[in-house]
Amino acid sequence: MLLIFLLCSVVLIARAVNLQVMETDFLQGQGEARFLREVIIPSTRGVISDRNGEPLAVSTPVDSVWVHPGQLLEYSDKIKPLARLLGADADDIERKLRRRANKEFVWLKRRLNPSVTAQISALDLPGVYLQKEYRRFYPAGEVTSHVIGFTNIDDVGQEGLELAYDSWLAGSPGSKRVIRNRKGEAVEEVALIKESQPGQDLRLTIDRRLQYLAYRELKSTVLQHGARSGSVVVLDVNTGEVLAMVNQPSYNPNDPGHDTDSMRNRAVTDVFEPGSVMKPIAIASVLENGIAVPTTLVETSPGYIVISGHTVRDHSNYGLLDVTAVLTKSSNVGVTKLALQLQPEQMWDTYNRFGFGEATGTGFPGESAGVLRNHRRWRRLEQATIAYGYGVSATPLQLAQAYAVIANGGKLRQPAFIQGSNNPPISAIDSRIANMVATMLETVTGDAGTGTRARVPNYRIAGKTGTSHKASASGYADSRYVSSFVGFGPASNPRLVCVVVINDPTGDEYYGGLVAAPLFSRVMTGAMRLLNIPPDNYPAMLASAADVPGGQ
Amino acid sequence: MKLQILILIIVLLANIGSALGVVYSRHESRLLAVELSALESQQDEGLAEWSRLQIEQGWLADASQIEKKARGVLHMQQPDKTQILVIRP
Repeated sequence: MLLIFLLCSVVLIARAVNLQVMETDFLQGQGEARFLREVIIPSTRGVISDRNGEPLAVSTPVDSVWVHPGQLLEYSDKIKPLARLLGADADDIERKLRRRANKEFVWLKRRLNPSVTAQISALDLPGVYLQKEYRRFYPAGEVTSHVIGFTNIDDVGQEGLELAYDSWLAGSPGSKRVIRNRKGEAVEEVALIKESQPGQDLRLTIDRRLQYLAYRELKSTVLQHGARSGSVVVLDVNTGEVLAMVNQPSYNPNDPGHDTDSMRNRAVTDVFEPGSVMKPIAIASVLENGIAVPTTLVETSPGYIVISGHTVRDHSNYGLLDVTAVLTKSSNVGVTKLALQLQPEQMWDTYNRFGFGEATGTGFPGESAGVLRNHRRWRRLEQATIAYGYGVSATPLQLAQAYAVIANGGKLRQPAFIQGSNNPPISAIDSRIANMVATMLETVTGDAGTGTRARVPNYRIAGKTGTSHKASASGYADSRYVSSFVGFGPASNPRLVCVVVINDPTGDEYYGGLVAAPLFSRVMTGAMRLLNIPPDNYPAMLASAADVPGGQ
Repeated sequence: MKLQILILIIVLLANIGSALGVVYSRHESRLLAVELSALESQQDEGLAEWSRLQIEQGWLADASQIEKKARGVLHMQQPDKTQILVIRP
């Protein structure tokens, strides 16, 4: 009896030693393969919000369906209910799977509605699996699409700030090794292989309300005048922050499609010859170099001047004008006569300090620097045309930046899209000169000016109209124009600068003062109200209010 | 001799006790890990819900929607210059 017991024990111990010592590696490996799993720790993409924290781009988990073709094809009769849920044709799916029968992983449909995926998992089909993915949504849609851009199906930024700040927003997924039990629950974390870095949020300087307002008005203007495209940019004068930036045509970032023409953020990527809106820069150079003062008289009759065999014309014969009136009336002859007294280098230097010919440095993908040729290659005619905005090109954002210099006492601030950007003010011109030009620009919206339609009730506005011929392959086109208006207000303490550019209006009206100025007025009127900016004549308004007791 | 046997028994008992303790704490830690992963997925669920609500709010509070309702349903309009009176700064 005892012998049998001992024998059994010996056998048992021998087996135990065999398993524990001799085959331990093999068995342990097999065992671990059955319950050790590497699990990916996903990282969500950061939220992009406007300056007030309103979400503009948010990622949310959705399910995607993938199949193991071999497993599912064994039960091909079950494809039908699956196809019905996916809204696809069962035969199509089967054909697709047969073609890839030797593969182990085929996406069936990505980014489905949660209610659909719940029904699919309820079907409990063999070889059909759900994979959690993130999908990005843009609640403001086409209104913010150019600034924000969009991500592709793998959640990688493709355009706009989604592209520029991709790594900041994306974070990086981590992974860990866990032990799973029979039910697939993770029962023990063995090792953290890589920590997950969640994507970080991005807060923009854009104001969503202003953005919508600008977009709505731009869209209706572009439609009304049958224009090819258009842009509006609103900057905060004191900080250089971009408060609104919209373009037409636009697109829906939730379903971008492939129309790349409408995806460009024209306000940053597209340059145009600004025409008359450049004149204040030339005048600033004239004042700066002591060629003239605002009251210096310039003879503009007979309304044209011949430079190197080329005739520069005015709209009509304005006769004797002072420098202020040259801007008020937008006289090409006047600004030409003044600018030609400058050395090319002096004029180039002023333009350069206003930021022309150089990208603004916002880091926005595809940003254009515009064209300002080196002054050593300027001919006399070129110097004249550059004074009234031909032979030089700029983006709408560059124009906004330049006018902000005039509005901000001569200080240039690099435009910023992101809150907390580091853009210290750089002194571009003397504050005395800047204020002089600003005062002169106020006459443009006065009764004698070209920009009366840019007026904003209760606010004083300074600005400049522009109407330029579009350059084409065969020289300047006769009947194709770019209408623009650039201005700022309230003039007594400038807060906002706004650029309006309407490209190729096809209606009867094409002057900047008729097409762009009314849009400027509507955007600025709304912006002043939304941002609670006090009117210039606020004390006077209060006094007059006191005179009407019980007024409406 | 007696003392040695006593020590041996104590050590054996302590050994068995600590073995049981290890088993118990191991089991406990696995239960807690299950609970942790359940809570983590609950957190994920909550975050997902939050992102969905943010998007929903973004859509419903869209300026164009609000404007449509204000003008169309509530017949509101923007006051013009003559209807505005500044009472106090």
